[in-house]
Amino acid sequence: MTQKKMSERVIEGLIHASAAIAILGLVLIFVFIGKEAVPLFTSPEARAEASLSKMFLAQVPEPGEPPTHMWQPVSEVPKYSFWPLIIGTLKVTFVALAFAFPLALGAAIFTSEFAPPWLKEVVKPVIELLAGIPSVVLGFFALLVMATTVQDLFGLDYRLNTINAGIALGLAVIPIVFTVAEDALTAVPQSYRQGSVALGATPWQTARRVVFPAAFPGIFAAGILGFGRAIGETMIVLMASGNQAIPSWHLGYGFRSLSATVASELGEVVAGSPHYHVLFFIGVLLFVFTFLINLAGQIWVGRFRKKLTGEQ
Amino acid sequence: MKNIHIALLAASLPFVLQPSATIAGERTVTIKGSDTLVILNQRWAERYMTGHGGAVVQVTGGGSGTGIAALLAGSTDICASSRPMKEKERVALKAKTGQDPVEIAVAKDGIAVYLNIANPLNALTTDQVALVYRGKVTNWKDLGGPDQKIILYSRENNSGTYEFFKEHVLKKKDFTPFAQCLPGTASVANAVARDKRGIGFGGAAYAKGIKFAALQSDPLKAPILPDEKHILDGTYPVSRNLYYYLRVPPEGPIKDFIDFALSPEGQAIVVKVGFYPIQGKAK
Repeated sequence: MTQKKMSERVIEGLIHASAAIAILGLVLIFVFIGKEAVPLFTSPEARAEASLSKMFLAQVPEPGEPPTHMWQPVSEVPKYSFWPLIIGTLKVTFVALAFAFPLALGAAIFTSEFAPPWLKEVVKPVIELLAGIPSVVLGFFALLVMATTVQDLFGLDYRLNTINAGIALGLAVIPIVFTVAEDALTAVPQSYRQGSVALGATPWQTARRVVFPAAFPGIFAAGILGFGRAIGETMIVLMASGNQAIPSWHLGYGFRSLSATVASELGEVVAGSPHYHVLFFIGVLLFVFTFLINLAGQIWVGRFRKKLTGEQ
Repeated sequence: MKNIHIALLAASLPFVLQPSATIAGERTVTIKGSDTLVILNQRWAERYMTGHGGAVVQVTGGGSGTGIAALLAGSTDICASSRPMKEKERVALKAKTGQDPVEIAVAKDGIAVYLNIANPLNALTTDQVALVYRGKVTNWKDLGGPDQKIILYSRENNSGTYEFFKEHVLKKKDFTPFAQCLPGTASVANAVARDKRGIGFGGAAYAKGIKFAALQSDPLKAPILPDEKHILDGTYPVSRNLYYYLRVPPEGPIKDFIDFALSPEGQAIVVKVGFYPIQGKAK
């Protein structure tokens, strides 16, 4: 009896420990990244080269030229404006969501409301399989195959443009939005549908007026989680974006994302230089962005589950 | 086309060469650094390993700066670099090892300006190239070409080619942010090959689907193509040495490998890969 309790206690302890290690890992990562970014605010050398005002206010690149937002860290006078990177990241994220969200939502409504069971058994795993494609493969595909087609289709100046990268990024976002939205729709109690059909509504009216509103919070959360995935994705944008650090919302131009900047520059940078600390500061920004967005998404999902299951 | 894809893969993904059989006790020689030099290093390593049973040479890319950082950290034996080491880096290394780093020029390379085959222009002055890359000239019309926007392709700022070009062509001025930064010389060549209005730059070794612009250092001189003769005699305006850097003078298997690379057999491989022999004699 006591021995059984002992072994159970050990197992319980191990399970607790593994959960604690995951959380500890997360905290340590944040502490490490944060620690490397702090000298940006404390070291006079770093502050002289990359102060907050240099990161966020327009600077004069060369005497006699109008002030601009420039990211050019390897230079006689390094320039660290964050705006080209932030604008680039946001614009591709919006394109990716505009492409992926309607497709994923349509697919989710179809599989949960209209597809016969055998078809559902095919469609669902196939879409979820998309999540298994390594992002480097999607990036390579976008770089070599998709880019020319997209350029010709929209008549754009640049082969590597925001629409091209956005679509490739959308392919990575679709399975996440689909899975969460499909779960939300399936979780709507069957009695809602039966009640609606009993009142004479068609399946489409049921889906649109009854099931969709009931599942709305979950679908919203799906969008949020897709947003979080898109904003942090690195490999696809690194390969397909052209990495132009321009503060422009134009979709026909390329862009340089926060994550791709860290990926391509951190390998070279001199450890301890202002550039190095700036890259870690970008890491902190990305971490905070995705953390808040995922947190918001999870809270929405949690609320929605409670609401449907009737818990208080 | 297929070759471009393979070269692109080779240049953009750091990879490791390792023979299947490793003999215990044999010291591995590691080379890390310049993406420009990756293919040459790999060919040298392959030939050297077949001639020396059991010898192991590992080759990794990542960029010249990455290689120098690795040398500083002591995580590679040889750093391959497509630019001379900066004063700051020399000082940092000396502070670590107590002696000056060893510099060995292993091959010569010209930086070519790439144009699409369909581009009617064949020659440019280095000043024109600088104005284009600084964003001061944005239309081919201003260079005597058709009325089309110029689409610029460049390298990422961790590349030795980027820094060399910035220093020697742009005279240390900034690149325009509209230049698209691609990983690896092969990506740049590939992009220009697919873009009629494109311009790019990189080693004269990667030449598929594009043509090299003949360069004039001043408008009165004849334009010069980046070919063997003009890179070796120094008349092509943008040429450079490719280097190996070491922490201490080489000995044992490292010296053996470098001697092989500099031997007539090694320098013949240099020519095969598309660079130029360092002594200007081996063929």
